[in-house]
Amino acid sequence: MSSTVARGLAPLRQRLDNGVVATVQETAFSPAVTISLAFRAGSLYEPDTRPGLAWFLGRVIDRGTTSRSASDIADGLDDRGVALRVTTNRHVTALSCTCLSEDFGPVVDILADIVRHPSFPPEEIEKRRVETITAIRQDQDNPGVRASEALQALLYPAGHPYGRPAKGTISAVEALTRDELLAQAALRFAPATLSAVVVGDVRASEAVDRVAAVFADWTAVAGGERGVPTPHPSFGARLAVEMPEKSQSDIAYGFVAVNRLDPAYCAHWMMNTILGQFGLGGRLAENIRERQGMAYYAFSSFDPSLGPGPLVIRAGVDPANVGRALEAIDAEVGALARDGATERELLETRQYLIGSIPRMLENNAAIAVFLQTSEFFELGLDYDRRLPDLLRRVTLDDVNAAAAAVLDPSRACVAVAGPASPRGE
Amino acid sequence: MRTAHLDNGLTVLTQELHTAPLVSVWCWYRVGSGDERPGLTGVSHWVEHMNFKGTVNIPRDEMKGIVERFGGTWNGYTWIDQTTYLETAGRDALDTLLFIEAERMHNGLYDPAECESERTVIISELQGGENDPDQLLDTEVTASAFRAHPYRHPTIGWIDDLRAMTRDDLYDHYRRHYTPANATLVVVGDVDTDEVLRGAERHFGPIAAGAPVRRRRPAEPRQVGERRVLIEREGTTAYLKYAWHAPAATDEDFFPMLVLDAALTGAKGLNLWTSFRGTPPQRKARLYDALVERGLASAVAGSLIATSEPFLYSVSLTIAAGVSPAAVEAAADAEFERVRTGGLTEAEVARAKRQLRARLVFENDSVTNVAHQIGYFETVVGPGYLSAVADRLAAVTTEQVAGVAARRLAADRRTVGWFRPLERHA
Repeated sequence: MSSTVARGLAPLRQRLDNGVVATVQETAFSPAVTISLAFRAGSLYEPDTRPGLAWFLGRVIDRGTTSRSASDIADGLDDRGVALRVTTNRHVTALSCTCLSEDFGPVVDILADIVRHPSFPPEEIEKRRVETITAIRQDQDNPGVRASEALQALLYPAGHPYGRPAKGTISAVEALTRDELLAQAALRFAPATLSAVVVGDVRASEAVDRVAAVFADWTAVAGGERGVPTPHPSFGARLAVEMPEKSQSDIAYGFVAVNRLDPAYCAHWMMNTILGQFGLGGRLAENIRERQGMAYYAFSSFDPSLGPGPLVIRAGVDPANVGRALEAIDAEVGALARDGATERELLETRQYLIGSIPRMLENNAAIAVFLQTSEFFELGLDYDRRLPDLLRRVTLDDVNAAAAAVLDPSRACVAVAGPASPRGE
Repeated sequence: MRTAHLDNGLTVLTQELHTAPLVSVWCWYRVGSGDERPGLTGVSHWVEHMNFKGTVNIPRDEMKGIVERFGGTWNGYTWIDQTTYLETAGRDALDTLLFIEAERMHNGLYDPAECESERTVIISELQGGENDPDQLLDTEVTASAFRAHPYRHPTIGWIDDLRAMTRDDLYDHYRRHYTPANATLVVVGDVDTDEVLRGAERHFGPIAAGAPVRRRRPAEPRQVGERRVLIEREGTTAYLKYAWHAPAATDEDFFPMLVLDAALTGAKGLNLWTSFRGTPPQRKARLYDALVERGLASAVAGSLIATSEPFLYSVSLTIAAGVSPAAVEAAADAEFERVRTGGLTEAEVARAKRQLRARLVFENDSVTNVAHQIGYFETVVGPGYLSAVADRLAAVTTEQVAGVAARRLAADRRTVGWFRPLERHA
């Protein structure tokens, strides 16, 4: 193994006849391999009347196949030190893990069996149901989660698929049936929805061959695609979630911005970096944490996908300071929209984001995420090398236009979870 | 890896890794909350915060942006034995990063207004932690498990100490512990070792050695009976936590105990920076099988960390909706008793060791993680330990594991905590 990523990624990508896309990047960080199987099977694809189905499917899919029991799968993974993660977001359900290079073949075999032949044993469904309901109850006790979920519902109201919590509700999870899991798996787990990414200490050609060996004869047909409906945010809506016994209040304040494929994406990314990411948390942290000492964290995040993504500001403050913190957020949001960023901020942010690309590729798992993102949005195999130019082309006017388009305190949706505050509404 | 010592006592550890165009710099100090006395709890962590607030040659307003210019990330953390600062950035940042760390070591400003502003930031950090019942329970169980040893208080400190501490308290602590002889500089990445050593000499060489720091901590008396904690608060979920006195990293029981924990709750590994994020491989672990697979708990997590002196081995359980803590405790107790009286099978020990071997590879997957591991073990445990880990793990026998289970998991040497949720009336 001599391959490094010192000069950028050089992945091998192959589309199989049945639609499976295999992408492999060799690295020499350590004798280990990260495997990621991403299916377009996120919560967007569950029936609106079955919130949490995609998430719950992810909890049970790896607990038995037509030829392996849950115990067999557990043996195959545990014996090799492999912790399989199944994650579900708006668009994607992904199975990912890291194994020793020597275990790559057997682990790929197990993962392929899991996604191709899940059996959803009834007793496993019930165990995972209890776990999921407990996890939802834990979320209900977490002010950060409560504020974030309440904000999401304000930004994406009226049953929009981006507006509901991925785990669903307790009553919805209680009602999910095995037949629904089987039907959903048949609908969304298919070659045409699969992107298989392998990163690590493995020969690219051999890894592609291995992926082909386990998936090439898969003939399942995926159900239809679903577009993302246009969101209609409840502009200016404010919501208080009362949690009187908590020590600290969590603020979630946000807007709906552009989608990931919008030509102005990079301008929005840079604008968000200036607002709430650079350093400890951009202008927001500089004001709320550094100048006013009000919060341990104050930042913003921008999470676009195929649909317009949320730009969310988060802060955790003493309940007595909720009003002051909201005023500070209003002030920073308003100033960036009104006056724009400075030339220095633009240069610093550009330098920072371009310079951070090697860090985005620091280990196998990070590279796998980068390659999955590139595949999902069809950004190209050379995206890591094109990205610096895309960022260099963003002008101060572009950043300011993004700020003016998104940021407006009077249209912000706000949710606060915690003890009643002077400004709780 | 190369080890060097400057005349003023600074230890410099470097390792070239040319797999990515990055460098990771960590500066470690042999001081943590285990070195604090009552009245000053949380001082080490607060000092860590202050060391991001400007130095003689880096005004506070320039702190932001100096690492980002190189696409870098920066952070720091404080725990019971150590305080550390890190930057990972493009390799061209090396000289700048060494300059920052040297400034941090001896030129901190500790502006009184900045100290005041940070007081409320840290209290906010503490209150954010209190919002999590599991963290609250952990704090209370840890405080109950120790009578004398300063490991008993939370690293963030007790709230009254945070309200009372002064700027001079912070500055005195900083001056006493931030000396070259009490520090280790670690540089890993796409760099040239000789260039690193020249840079270290240039930036750190002129710093005066300072008075030697002697670590004096009261010994913890042997526990003579079970201790119990019950927290009842509004909430939705019950939690159960066990804590036993654990062997220090240098104790011969440490690696058998690590294998025991892997068999009970899944192998985490030894990287405090990354290994404890996410779920370990645990589907065949005894407690997972006895509690999660039987619907009594929704999650189980074990924690055994390499520490300078005996800390705690803890097992934390998230109790499934509708199940009573007593039922979970009874089932968990049966498993602890089973392993105390019968040990593990050869197959379980072999699997635990395979898991741990894999985790040791996984947790060294980046320049940042490699640098963390080198610095952590040098600071917390001592030179030469890290390179022997794989061999010491391989040498663990089934009999040794049975021995530590029998001795160390005794009921009269444990603290058990419950968080019992009360219905919310909002």
